[in-house]
Amino acid sequence: MALMSIGVLSLARWQFAMTTVFHFFFVPFSIGMAFVVAIMETMYVVKKDETYKKMAQFWGKIFLLSFAVGVVTGIIQEFQFGMNWSNYSRFMGDIFGAPLAIEALLAFFMESVFIGVWMFTWNRFKPAVHVWFIWLTMIGSMCSAIWILAANSFMQHPTGFAINQATGRVKMTSFGAIIANPQLWKVFPHVITGAILTAATVVVGIAAFGLLRKHNHDFFKKSMRIGLWVSLFAAVAVIVAGDFQTQQIIKDQPMKFAATEGVYKDTGKSAPWTVIASFDTDKHETKSSIEIPKVLSLLAYHKTTGSVQGMNSLNQELHAKYDKKFGADMNYYVPVKTVFWSFRVMAGGAALLLLTSILGLIFTRKNKNTIENKRWLLWVLGICTYTPFVFNSAGWLITELGRYPWLVYGLQTIADGVSPTTTAGQLWFTNIVYFLMFSLMGAVMVFYSRKIMIKGPDDDGAGYGATANNDPFSKEAFGR
Amino acid sequence: MSALQLLWFILIAVLFIGFFFLEGFDFGVGMATRVLAKNDDDRESLIATIGPHWDGNEVWLITAGGAMFASFPLWYASLFSGYYILLFLTLCALIFRGVSFEFSANAETAGGRRFWYWALCIGSTVAPFLLGMMFTSLIQGLPMDKNGDIFAGLWDNVNLLSIVGGVAVTLLCLIHGLNFIRLKIDGNLRDRARNLVEKLYWVLFAGEVVFAILLFIFTDFFKERPISTLLLLVLIVALSAISMYCAYADHEGWGFITSGLTLGSIVILLFNGLFPRVLIADNPAHSLLIKDASASPYTLKIMTIVACILLPIMLAYFIWSFFIFKRRVKASA
Repeated sequence: MALMSIGVLSLARWQFAMTTVFHFFFVPFSIGMAFVVAIMETMYVVKKDETYKKMAQFWGKIFLLSFAVGVVTGIIQEFQFGMNWSNYSRFMGDIFGAPLAIEALLAFFMESVFIGVWMFTWNRFKPAVHVWFIWLTMIGSMCSAIWILAANSFMQHPTGFAINQATGRVKMTSFGAIIANPQLWKVFPHVITGAILTAATVVVGIAAFGLLRKHNHDFFKKSMRIGLWVSLFAAVAVIVAGDFQTQQIIKDQPMKFAATEGVYKDTGKSAPWTVIASFDTDKHETKSSIEIPKVLSLLAYHKTTGSVQGMNSLNQELHAKYDKKFGADMNYYVPVKTVFWSFRVMAGGAALLLLTSILGLIFTRKNKNTIENKRWLLWVLGICTYTPFVFNSAGWLITELGRYPWLVYGLQTIADGVSPTTTAGQLWFTNIVYFLMFSLMGAVMVFYSRKIMIKGPDDDGAGYGATANNDPFSKEAFGR
Repeated sequence: MSALQLLWFILIAVLFIGFFFLEGFDFGVGMATRVLAKNDDDRESLIATIGPHWDGNEVWLITAGGAMFASFPLWYASLFSGYYILLFLTLCALIFRGVSFEFSANAETAGGRRFWYWALCIGSTVAPFLLGMMFTSLIQGLPMDKNGDIFAGLWDNVNLLSIVGGVAVTLLCLIHGLNFIRLKIDGNLRDRARNLVEKLYWVLFAGEVVFAILLFIFTDFFKERPISTLLLLVLIVALSAISMYCAYADHEGWGFITSGLTLGSIVILLFNGLFPRVLIADNPAHSLLIKDASASPYTLKIMTIVACILLPIMLAYFIWSFFIFKRRVKASA
């Protein structure tokens, strides 16, 4: 029985990781794409140049593909809390359900209705009206990010609650405090700028592949310019927003911060930054590392002095704080290696994309426009298409694994949240099917996006049928 | 039971009614891509009738789930964990049909298109069947312990009533979808939809009678709430009779509205039978009640305020979007 329940817990965690990571390939991309396409269509409205209309429609096709996959994989997320984590849902329902319901009511309806209108009304509305539909879609998708992050922020840093003494469950005491959670307003800008960077990088990358194929030269170059400018600003913004978020994490979740930087022992007055390191996670020590003096103090406090607390002393503090309630055999060390390396992938990735944006902008500038001769750079930009998805996932791994062993920080452990009714057999079955389904969908998505790129902007495509001119809701439908 | 608890119980029902009314015809159109369409041009025209709407319609389900989580977390937790495999398969069906709209439009080979068209049809058939099964199985008294954990075996999910319930919901969705097609398309497909839907009503009546009998045998609806249950059954049959009359008399609009209302009144029948419970246990002492399953009064109050602000706005643009696409889809030759 004991072995069986460990199996269920690991399998349920694996399923959550797999479904959210896959979902989160498409969500930031869709949010960012809505933004990029909205910019393109706005340029069409302002400059009245048909190229920009073509651009919005062409990139819109890839946006719609990703949106569709994002929507359907999102339903899994909402069901999953009840299916695999019913005890969590019972414990947290008073708080967690509200943002989810508001997300659906406010954001999902908005984005799904206006994207439907946007898709099919290019010839029905004046451009200056039509462009609003994509902006409303984008606003809807950004609103959804606020609400789901409000729910997640509570799990990272609970605010506005009390424990119901009769049931032992969490009870909402202040809706305002849940919305005002400082975590939320630090993580939201980071996620949104990351989303925009993702989409811009993909636009640049696909345009680079288009240029390598040497067709629709002007179209892809113009798209690339827009993408590069957006990615430049987004890359800077995502780094700045990440820095703000770090400040918050140091305060609320010092264990998470110590793990991202691989700090076991409390540092001295001026903390060195570990570039890379190898760890012994059993003995809780760093085996070997390359360090740069003072930089960690700089990252953490924006000055050359200031010590950072290590995981070992944090572990003792957490034991002192929680042993009475959760028992002495809790392990408060987060998965150090994964979190440490994920941080390096994510932060290094942002730096890489900043660099490629600058390079791209240099070689596409008006008077010295030589990018088509720089095939190496086109290849680099092309390959970069795939990278932001890895960087985004790494960011989420830090956020979610850094919460270990808590489901809700300080209130409920992961092990206490899992559904008592779910069996390992069921989880094996659903994990395997999800995995196969996601592999198929991811492959098809990439395949069709590539097809769209090859066909270029002048292909009208099949799409859905057009509408004719008679009205079924006229009188004839309701009686003769 | 407080007034807000009652309000949210009703609101959950309303969201499910909205879902079945709207997504019901999407499912029906999805099924019609096999039973009605003869070639890919037909299919493309049929898909065009729901192209702008299916996504918004599906959000009703997500909203119903979210609202259930927010207002009755214990109901949500027990229901979703208790119907693990049924819900998982429903998700698979919804996923495949959801992506099929975009993927079939992008597929270039005949094989690729065929695959996604099949995904659309099978997904649109399986999803309402499984949801119908779930709703008609959960009214029969579940093996639920005092913590609300449901340890349901296969035969709790799959039994005579739940199969008939699943088939009835699927059939009604098909009828509803065909009525929608009659409204939204012209020419050959419109006539064929008329011919098919007329026949299906007779099957539906047979199904409704069987369903009523099984409801009497398998549930405590007639014991707990005999009069309202009976009245609602009469309402369901009356609505489908009106819908059939309209179908024959070519009142396409009313036919569509009444077939949707038939679906809606089935949801009312189930919620009426559940009341004042949200889940019925085989041991009555373990049944989950509205008064125990809900969120705190504070959360309910917040959610009520939020819903009062957001629902009217949402309904306004939702209805507007149908108004935008009120014209008929050009049918293939």
